[in-house]
Amino acid sequence: MAEIQIKNVAKKFGEYQALHDINLTISDREFMVLLGASGCGKTTLLRIICGLETATTGEVWIGGRRVDHLPPKDRGIAMVFQNYAVFPHLTVFENIGFGLRMQKLPNDEVTRRVERVAELMHIEMLLKRYSGELSGGQRQRVAVARALAMEPDVILMDEPLSNLDALLRMEMRAELKGVLAESNTTAVYVTHDQVEAMSMADRISVMHKGKIVQAASPIEVYRNPAAEFVAGFIGNPPMNFLPATATGNGQWRVAGQTFDGPDTEKTLKFAIRPEDMAPADTGLVAIAKVIEPLGAHLLVTCDVDGGMFRAVLDSDTTVKAGDRLTLAPQPDRVRWFDPETTLAVA
Amino acid sequence: MTAVATPDARKAGRWLYVTSVVLLCAWVIVPLYFLLINTLSAPEDVQSYPKAFFPAFDMGSLSFFVTFNGMIDALLNSIMVAGLTMILSIAIGAPAGYALSRFDFRGKELFRLLILLTRAFPLPLLALPLAVMFIRTGLDDTIIGLALVHTTLAIPFAVLITFSLFSGIPMELEEAAWTLGCTRLTAFTKVVLPLILPGIAASAIFAFVISWNEVFAAAVLTIENRTLTAFLLVKLSEAPIHLKFAGGFILVLPALIFIFAVRKYLFAMWGIANR
Repeated sequence: MAEIQIKNVAKKFGEYQALHDINLTISDREFMVLLGASGCGKTTLLRIICGLETATTGEVWIGGRRVDHLPPKDRGIAMVFQNYAVFPHLTVFENIGFGLRMQKLPNDEVTRRVERVAELMHIEMLLKRYSGELSGGQRQRVAVARALAMEPDVILMDEPLSNLDALLRMEMRAELKGVLAESNTTAVYVTHDQVEAMSMADRISVMHKGKIVQAASPIEVYRNPAAEFVAGFIGNPPMNFLPATATGNGQWRVAGQTFDGPDTEKTLKFAIRPEDMAPADTGLVAIAKVIEPLGAHLLVTCDVDGGMFRAVLDSDTTVKAGDRLTLAPQPDRVRWFDPETTLAVA
Repeated sequence: MTAVATPDARKAGRWLYVTSVVLLCAWVIVPLYFLLINTLSAPEDVQSYPKAFFPAFDMGSLSFFVTFNGMIDALLNSIMVAGLTMILSIAIGAPAGYALSRFDFRGKELFRLLILLTRAFPLPLLALPLAVMFIRTGLDDTIIGLALVHTTLAIPFAVLITFSLFSGIPMELEEAAWTLGCTRLTAFTKVVLPLILPGIAASAIFAFVISWNEVFAAAVLTIENRTLTAFLLVKLSEAPIHLKFAGGFILVLPALIFIFAVRKYLFAMWGIANR
């Protein structure tokens, strides 16, 4: 049982505030992904959970035990590093068994556990090799196997797949998700790749400028972004925004069209995902600028009300640059944001 | 117009480059070559001209030294002083190199600069006050006293070489060891040390050579317990020329072999020092 609780954690590097008052609870056996652009503080947060970095203020609890004053080795965690950190002077076997040897486990127990995780990660034929004789993907497997061999309560991963090529990354993604689900450990996974985050996570914490903007399931984060940042960060292409003016009684005027929206006096922004629109008789008037056929879809970059707007249409749609389209947004997929607070308005 | 070199200019540049390399090599190799020739020539041939390209392999001059009174003692002293210097400079220099590469502290850049400044004062300037101080503390004419002086000379290099060695080891390796159950100390002994041991050995040998080659402090600070350099300096001033050559050869050879063995690590040090 290892629930992770992060209570009011803040981190300053000199004058630079890397993390602002983070509160987050990661439940036992949950796969939590910390997602954000570089410099958002996601790695710093992971390193604070790990114990490689100390929080300026706040507490870290793992499995009901306060650990922020403990060194990494006493926290019941294992970490997988971005550059694998496979020890070059040891064989793969000794790398995987390193932590077990440090625990002074008997030889046959070490062998048993190393062989088990090596089989799990499909590297049993590499056990006698050295790190220099392995490919990047193989090193990554060794690094994961080494962490799993510890049978930790919590496994922490810092962009473990970012150094692999695209095909291998996709393969490892699925494999890693399967292995971790079986291992019954709580996982915290740092990445800047939203596809990785969406496909692996039970829950995603989207981070921006040292704060957690939203922590929710992948679908929730995608469908109901809590803030403009999330809407613009998640999804490829991201959400479209248009200025809106209230006409009273929850009616809004957007690019010459009237939409139902929240009943408020504030100025709001209208938002819609590119794939949540279809050509129709009435709707937003768009002038197509660039057409990009993507196989399954057609990505159309167009001009709506003088601003850039993207639509993902069925690839059978006949449209060419300069065409005038009328795009009808799916009413239940329309979202509203307050430009002042940048937060979503229901 | 872009400055594309004409074939002629390129040829000239190449010629200049080759000439410079040849000249620099000659600068180092020619004296060594004559030293070798004269050492291995019969005593009467040393003054002769022209020289034979291949020496006569007359071991007379060299064998003289083996039986020379006090020679073996001086050699032992040299080895002891150099060995002590080696141990001290690594024991003090390596932790400093580690700290420089792993920790951020105030005055770090200044410290890196100052460490080179210890070599800014010429030894003759320091020799007299040092001698007085050593006599007062009873360190004069001792192996340990001389080793201390040599250690101060060798430490800047020990610090800079180990600094570059430690910097070459990714921090993640140490961090991985910490998460796998190591303390700072065990992570160092189990992961960092095995990886830098060859470099540490090289840095130790370099300290050994610095001490081995040092003559001024050795000559001033010792009387009875002379090191080989100081011993030869004093004795050879009265010796015939062929013995001077042989003595010089004996001094140069070990240093040359050692430096050749560790050259890879010395380049690493300069790479860092030039930054």
